[in-house]
Amino acid sequence: MDLDDTQEQAAYRAGVRGWLDEHKSEAPVLDGAGALQDESEIIAARRAWQGKLAEGGLAGVTWPKDFGGQGLGPIEQVICNQEIAKAKVPGILDAIGVGMLGPTIIAHGTDEQKGRYLGPMLHGDEVWCQLFSEPAAGSDLAAVQARARQQEDGSWRLSGQKVWTTNAQFASYGLLLARTDSDVPKHKGLTMFIVPMDAEGVTVRGLRQISGEAEFNEVFFDDVAIDADSVVGGVGNGWGTALTTLMFERVTIGLGSEGMGYNSNRFAQAIAADPDARRDPEVRHALGEIASELLAVRFTGYRTLSALQKGQVPGPESGLAKITIVNGAIKAGDLIADVLGPDALSEDGEWAYMISFLPGLKSAGGTEEILRNTIGERVLGLPPAPRLDKGIPFSELRSKETAAA
Amino acid sequence: MNLSLSDEQVFLREAARGTLSRFKTFEAIREALDGDAAALPDLWPAAREAGWPGLLISEEHGGAGLDAFDAMLVLGECGRVLAPIALLGHLPATAILNDSPAGASLLEALATGERRAAYLPVSPPDDVSQKWTVDPASGKQRGAAPTATADGDGARVSGQLAFVPDAPGADLLVGVALAAPTPEGLVGKPVGVAIEAGGSGVSVEATTRYDASRSLGHVTLKDAPATVLDASEQSLASAWYLAQSLVAAESLGSVETALDVSVEYAKERHTFGRAIGSYQAVKHSLTEVLRQLDNGRSLLYYAGWARGGAPAEFPLAASAARSVAGRALDQGSRTMISVHGGTGATWEHDAPLYFRRAQLTRRLLGGTNAATDRVAGELLAQADAA
Repeated sequence: MDLDDTQEQAAYRAGVRGWLDEHKSEAPVLDGAGALQDESEIIAARRAWQGKLAEGGLAGVTWPKDFGGQGLGPIEQVICNQEIAKAKVPGILDAIGVGMLGPTIIAHGTDEQKGRYLGPMLHGDEVWCQLFSEPAAGSDLAAVQARARQQEDGSWRLSGQKVWTTNAQFASYGLLLARTDSDVPKHKGLTMFIVPMDAEGVTVRGLRQISGEAEFNEVFFDDVAIDADSVVGGVGNGWGTALTTLMFERVTIGLGSEGMGYNSNRFAQAIAADPDARRDPEVRHALGEIASELLAVRFTGYRTLSALQKGQVPGPESGLAKITIVNGAIKAGDLIADVLGPDALSEDGEWAYMISFLPGLKSAGGTEEILRNTIGERVLGLPPAPRLDKGIPFSELRSKETAAA
Repeated sequence: MNLSLSDEQVFLREAARGTLSRFKTFEAIREALDGDAAALPDLWPAAREAGWPGLLISEEHGGAGLDAFDAMLVLGECGRVLAPIALLGHLPATAILNDSPAGASLLEALATGERRAAYLPVSPPDDVSQKWTVDPASGKQRGAAPTATADGDGARVSGQLAFVPDAPGADLLVGVALAAPTPEGLVGKPVGVAIEAGGSGVSVEATTRYDASRSLGHVTLKDAPATVLDASEQSLASAWYLAQSLVAAESLGSVETALDVSVEYAKERHTFGRAIGSYQAVKHSLTEVLRQLDNGRSLLYYAGWARGGAPAEFPLAASAARSVAGRALDQGSRTMISVHGGTGATWEHDAPLYFRRAQLTRRLLGGTNAATDRVAGELLAQADAA
């Protein structure tokens, strides 16, 4: 049992560090003195930086070499992430594309799609967004209503709405889950598409959250024309394709479990500065409980890595770590605000931002309740609740729901 | 990076499960609670056969020379069946002796289990109290650590320690005492001491509280002759954290079986026409136990790795493991009762045995809350250093 690099891993780390030492002066400055301010300048600079990372082999570490990747394993990806963080430079801009959508296309796409899209995605020339969730299809993702209808020439027309879309405001393409057949049960009538975000009929609108900032978007599709060769993984196979994306999402989360910055050291730092708070038994007890659980998640991450290294794929139990992180951070925000008082709630401060962000994060990637259902059923083997949608064509389900409402 | 069990560790765990499966521990504990203390099986011969007494003793002294994590695996198996076994007292004592050349001659008999040791738990200074202290017989005020006065090559130790795990029947008591003031100014310096339990000035009053599977003793030392051990101060403190890790491992073992039994029942028992495990309220409460159990497991890896790999982090890792595991056992035992409905609160069911284990254990060896407090203290100290 150890946390050390093997000889090969140490050599890889040294290589990554060497490249970063040589090139980190070229990285965009996002914080502190001389930081870029203009949103479009930031995006342009980060795209260019992703291109450099890709050329240096620091993007797409786990992608096959045939598609411009390094053909390495998850451990190397983690080492690369760690060194990028240590060098205090930004990572790749399109983590969703490179981490989840690219691997989905590699798994299910046609040769033409792989040849056309993967290179520009990896280099940041074309940024991607994930168009899965809808206002009425989040945890129950297979309930998507965005409707694609095939035309006589084989092309498609798409209408509907997506939501919680990161990077949509500057994305070139999106991977979109749409319903193509309403007369079969809901998991069966879905198809995955590649959608150009500059197509006529696509509207992107920022979605402001509690903090006032818009970190996500709503995307509207009004009779958008999509080419016949934009289908990924075959017509009617959209659910299986989506599951691949969600599997890569779990891997991405597993590899960066502390990536959200919700860690015990940061929270302890906020309290350590207050001489009374740090001796207050109540404060210490709350901090101790929060920190113990967040420390556990750090080592759960290492356990996941060890399993990945042996070729195992993370299962639904990784959702437990997400529940622990989000609830721990919520409690930490409360504790720190209790210690600092109203001052913690300054709109431009880090704690107000965190406190505002977390209630929404509780539902991201599946609500806590749905995660607990899935884990209870798939890990503990408990029976599912009776379902009212099994085997029923989606159209009938919809009309039932509409009638009930 | 390798944070998974080796083949040897898997074998150790399976062998322990096999050994312990020969005993009907739950029935025995219930009978002991009813007043028949003799019903408890003597597990020490089985432990000796399996080589557990020497787990943490180096091979040159007749032990297995394994790591804390291996010991945690064995304790986890003990916890699964609430085994009344004297390892919680024995293993930290052997860890101190194994770090003390002056105690080497004592090791061989302890490694084979021919003699049994018990650890005298003295908690190391934290960032607020700055003192070595012991658990009190009652109340919140922690007691003073035993003191040692030089006496020839050895020392004489005086002090009182309450609720010492596995002290009754132990041959040797091993722990920490503070040197009494000397002209050289060695005030309060902690030293390791090994005391023959059958020697003069030693009284061990056997006691149980609420959990019949846990043997406890109130230890009173009055100028008891002791061998002075040359373990480092860090090793003396480390024994406390080792004990915390072992309690954590044992508790999580209990959570595992409590959860298994609860899940099986939730699949079988039907109400309103369906299995109760299909109701979200029941499913979510069982998933919460799993969440805490899994967090605890990860912290056992942290503690197991840190003891050798990052000793400065061992206090944090072990305290965090104890904190999470204590709460997990609390949650797991209460959920076990709730899932079983009224039946879960009856004498004949095993759930109350888990509940009793949880209730007592969270208050032993400093208690779960003190471990939680120490996590905060360690992190605040790290923040100062950063």
